[in-house]
Amino acid sequence: MNETWIILGATSSMARAMARRLADDGKGLILAARDMKDVQATAADCAARGAALAEAVAFDARDPKSFEAIIDRAAREDGMVSCAVFVGSMPDQADISADPSLVDGTVMDSFTGPARFLERLAPLMEERGGGTVVGVGSVAGDRGRVGNYVYGAAKAGFHTYMSGLRNRLTRAGAHAVTVKPGFVDTAMTWGLEGMFLVASPDDVARDILRGVEKKKNVVYTPFFWRYIMRIIKSVPEPIFKKLSI
Amino acid sequence: MPTKTETLTGWGRALTATSEIARPERIAHVRADAPAMGMRRSYGDAPLNDGGVITDMSRLDRILGFDETTGILEVEAGMRLGELAAIFAPRGWLPSVMPGTGFATVGGAIAMDVHGKNHHGLGSFGQHVLEITLKQGETTKRVKPNSALFKATVGGLGQTGVILSAKLQMLACKGDVMMVTERRMDGWDEFLAALDASTATYTVGWIDATAKGDNLGRGILEEGETGAGLVPKPSKSKKIPFNAPHWALSKPIVKLFNAAYYRRVPDMGRTSVKPIEEFFFPLDKIHDWNKLYGKRGFHQFQCVVPIAQAPALRDMLQLIASSGLASPLAVLKRMGPGRSGYLSFPMEGYTLAVDFPNRAAAVKLIERLEDMTQAADGRLYLAKDALATGAQIKKMYPDHAKWLKEVQKADPDGHLETDMTRRLKLRSA
Ligand SMILES: Cc1cc2nc3c(=O)[nH]c(=O)nc-3n(C[C@H](O)[C@H](O)[C@H](O)COP(=O)(O)OP(=O)(O)OC[C@H]3O[C@@H](n4cnc5c(N)ncnc54)[C@H](O)[C@@H]3O)c2cc1C
Ligand SMILES: NC(=O)c1ccc[n+]([C@@H]2O[C@H](COP(=O)([O-])OP(=O)(O)OC[C@H]3O[C@@H](n4cnc5c(N)ncnc54)[C@H](OP(=O)(O)O)[C@@H]3O)[C@@H](O)[C@H]2O)c1
Repeated sequence: MNETWIILGATSSMARAMARRLADDGKGLILAARDMKDVQATAADCAARGAALAEAVAFDARDPKSFEAIIDRAAREDGMVSCAVFVGSMPDQADISADPSLVDGTVMDSFTGPARFLERLAPLMEERGGGTVVGVGSVAGDRGRVGNYVYGAAKAGFHTYMSGLRNRLTRAGAHAVTVKPGFVDTAMTWGLEGMFLVASPDDVARDILRGVEKKKNVVYTPFFWRYIMRIIKSVPEPIFKKLSI
Repeated sequence: MPTKTETLTGWGRALTATSEIARPERIAHVRADAPAMGMRRSYGDAPLNDGGVITDMSRLDRILGFDETTGILEVEAGMRLGELAAIFAPRGWLPSVMPGTGFATVGGAIAMDVHGKNHHGLGSFGQHVLEITLKQGETTKRVKPNSALFKATVGGLGQTGVILSAKLQMLACKGDVMMVTERRMDGWDEFLAALDASTATYTVGWIDATAKGDNLGRGILEEGETGAGLVPKPSKSKKIPFNAPHWALSKPIVKLFNAAYYRRVPDMGRTSVKPIEEFFFPLDKIHDWNKLYGKRGFHQFQCVVPIAQAPALRDMLQLIASSGLASPLAVLKRMGPGRSGYLSFPMEGYTLAVDFPNRAAAVKLIERLEDMTQAADGRLYLAKDALATGAQIKKMYPDHAKWLKEVQKADPDGHLETDMTRRLKLRSA
C-alpha cells in the first residue's frame, strides 16, 4: 500500500540513511528540515533512487507555525502517513551550565517541539488507521549523567511521551517505535572524545526499519546498548551519583 | 566545524600522515582551505596531508539529478562509482569509465583522471565529465570542458580547488550482467598480439609476474561485454580483520597461487556470465585486502609506455620475475590515447601494474623500474606512486608547466598542497 513518511530533522545523516532505504522501497518522502538547500539535495537523491514522492519542506522544531503545512502536505497523499523524528540538539553541558537559557532550546529540539508536532499528526494517523511513528531518543535519556543531563532529560521526556503515544496509537491500528541509539558516527559526535562502539548511520537506519517492520516498541541500536543500559540503570543511586561515566 | 585527529594512509599503507580530518555532511560546510580526500584508494600520498587539515568528502554522496533519456547524471563528489553502477545498471546505465575498485569516488576519479578496462575505446574518466562544480576559496565555479581550469582540475590532484559535485555522461549498457571470455595466454608475444587484436568493449590482462623463461608474460586475457540475464547474487564480501603475518604473501605462496589462478581457466578458454561488480571490481569483495601485506604495507608500480617501447616493458617484466620479490597477480592493459587533463596518466601504449611488499629490496627494484620507464619515454601513475622523484615526474608530464600556471592562480597560498605535491615538489617549476 502507498505510504508517505514525514522525516523531521532530515539533514541528520541517520535520517538521510533511513530516507534512502525508504526511497529504494518506493515509499513517499516529505523531508522536513531547517537547511532547505541541503534537504533539497537529499530530496533529489531520494527521487533518483525511486521514491514515489520526495519533497523538501521547511521545518523548525522551535517554530510551531511551520508544522501545519507539513501535515497538510502529507494529508494530500493517499494511504498511510508515517513519521520519523530525528530532530535533536546536544549543546555542551558546560555551555548550558554557563548559560541556563540554553535549557529551553535543548528541550524544545528534542522533546517539546517534536511532541507538539506529533500531537497534531496523531489524529490523521488515527483517521487512516495505520502508520508508524519512529521517535529517536537516546541512551542518554535512560539515566541522567553529569556530562549531558539536560540533553538526557529532554530525551527522557521524549521517551515517556513516545510510550504514551504508542499506547494511544495502538488503539487505532497505528504504532510507535522508540529508538535509543548508542554512539553513532554523525556530525553530532564527529571529533568528540570518549566515543566507543560507534555505529554507522546506515546500520542505525537498518535497525530502525527492522523495528518498524516487526512492530518493536523500544529499539536499542546497536542492540547491545540494551544490556549496557540495563547495567547502568541497575547501579544504585548512592553509588551512581559518585561516578563520572 | 569540528575535526578529528587521526593517522591515515593511502591504500598501500606504506606512507602515513597524521591530520585533522574535517568531514562535512553538507556542501555548505566544505572548507576551501584544505585538500580533499575521497576513499583513499590511491596507493601513495596523494590523499594525505601530514600535520594539516584534510577534508573527508565521503559523506557528500548524493545524486543531485538524473535524466533517464540522455543518461546525464549530477552527483556529489563523495559518491562511490561502485554504488553508481549498482543503482543504475539495472536501469540501463553505467559510469562511462570505472577503475578496478568500486570504492573510488567521483572526486577522486576526476582528480586522477582514472581509466578503466575500456580505455582503448572510451578514454579516460574526464572525457565523460560535462561540468565540475569547484570550490575555490569563497567562490564556487562551474568548470566546463576545454577550459584551462578544467584541464588542470581533471587529473590535477585536487590542487585547483575542492570538487563539490560533477555532471557525468553515463554510458548506456545492455543490462546488469557481464558476458566474460577468459583465455590463457602462454607468453608475452602472444599476450600483446591478443591485446592488440581484441575488439571487446572491456579488456584486461592478468599476468603471472613470477613466471620466467618461456613462461614469461603468461597470464589470462579477460574480455567482457554488458548483457541482460540472470546471475546468482554475488557472494557476501569478506573482511581481513588483522594485519597478515609477513609470510602470507611470500614467494612460494604467491607462486602457487598464481599457477593455480592461471590453470583455473581451461586450455580452450571459457565464457561465463558474471555480476557486474565481480568483473569490474574483483578485489572489492575482500574488504581491506591491503592488510594482507602486513604492517609495513606495500607499493604498486604502474607505468605506461608507448607501443614502440613494448620491448622495454618486457625487460621490466623480466627484471620483476627474476628479482624473486614475490608479487601477486599483475595487470597488463592496452591503452588508447584518451586523456583530458594536463597531468593525466594515459598515453597510447601498454600499461603494467605490479604490487610489491614494502621491503628495501622491492623499493630498490621499483626505483630501477622507474628509471627504465623514463628511458622508454613512459610515464608513472600518480595514483599509485609513493617513491618517484619530482624531477622524474616533471619529465614524464610535459604539460606540468601549464598545470602549474592554473594551480598558482587557483590556490596561490598553497592551502591545497598534499604530501604528494610536497614530496614531488609539483607546486614549483
Ligand atoms: C584495487 C584498486 C584498483 C584500482 N584500479 C584502477 C584502475 O583500473 N584504473 C585507475 O585509473 N585507477 C585505479 N585505481 C586507483 C584509484 O582509482 C584512484 O586512486 C582514485 O583516485 C581513488 O579514488 P578515491 O576517491 O579513493 O580518491 P583518493 O585516493 O582519496 O584521492 C585521490 C586524489 O584525489 C583528490 N581528491 C579526492 N576527492 C577530491 C575532491 N572532492 N576534490 C578535490 N580533490 C579530490 C585527493 O586530494 C587526491 O589527490 C585502483 C585502486 C585500487 C585500490
Ligand atoms: N550521534 C549519536 O551518537 C546519537 C546518539 C543517540 C541519539 N542521537 C540522536 O539522533 C538524532 C539525530 O542526530 P545526529 O547524530 O544525526 O546529529 P545531527 O546531524 O546533529 O542531527 C540532528 C538533527 O536535528 C535537527 N535540528 C536540531 N534542532 C532543530 C530545530 N530546532 N528545528 C529543526 N531541526 C532541528 C538538525 O538540523 P540542522 O541540520 O538544521 O541543524 C539535524 O538534522 C538526534 O535526535 C540525536 O539526539 C544521536
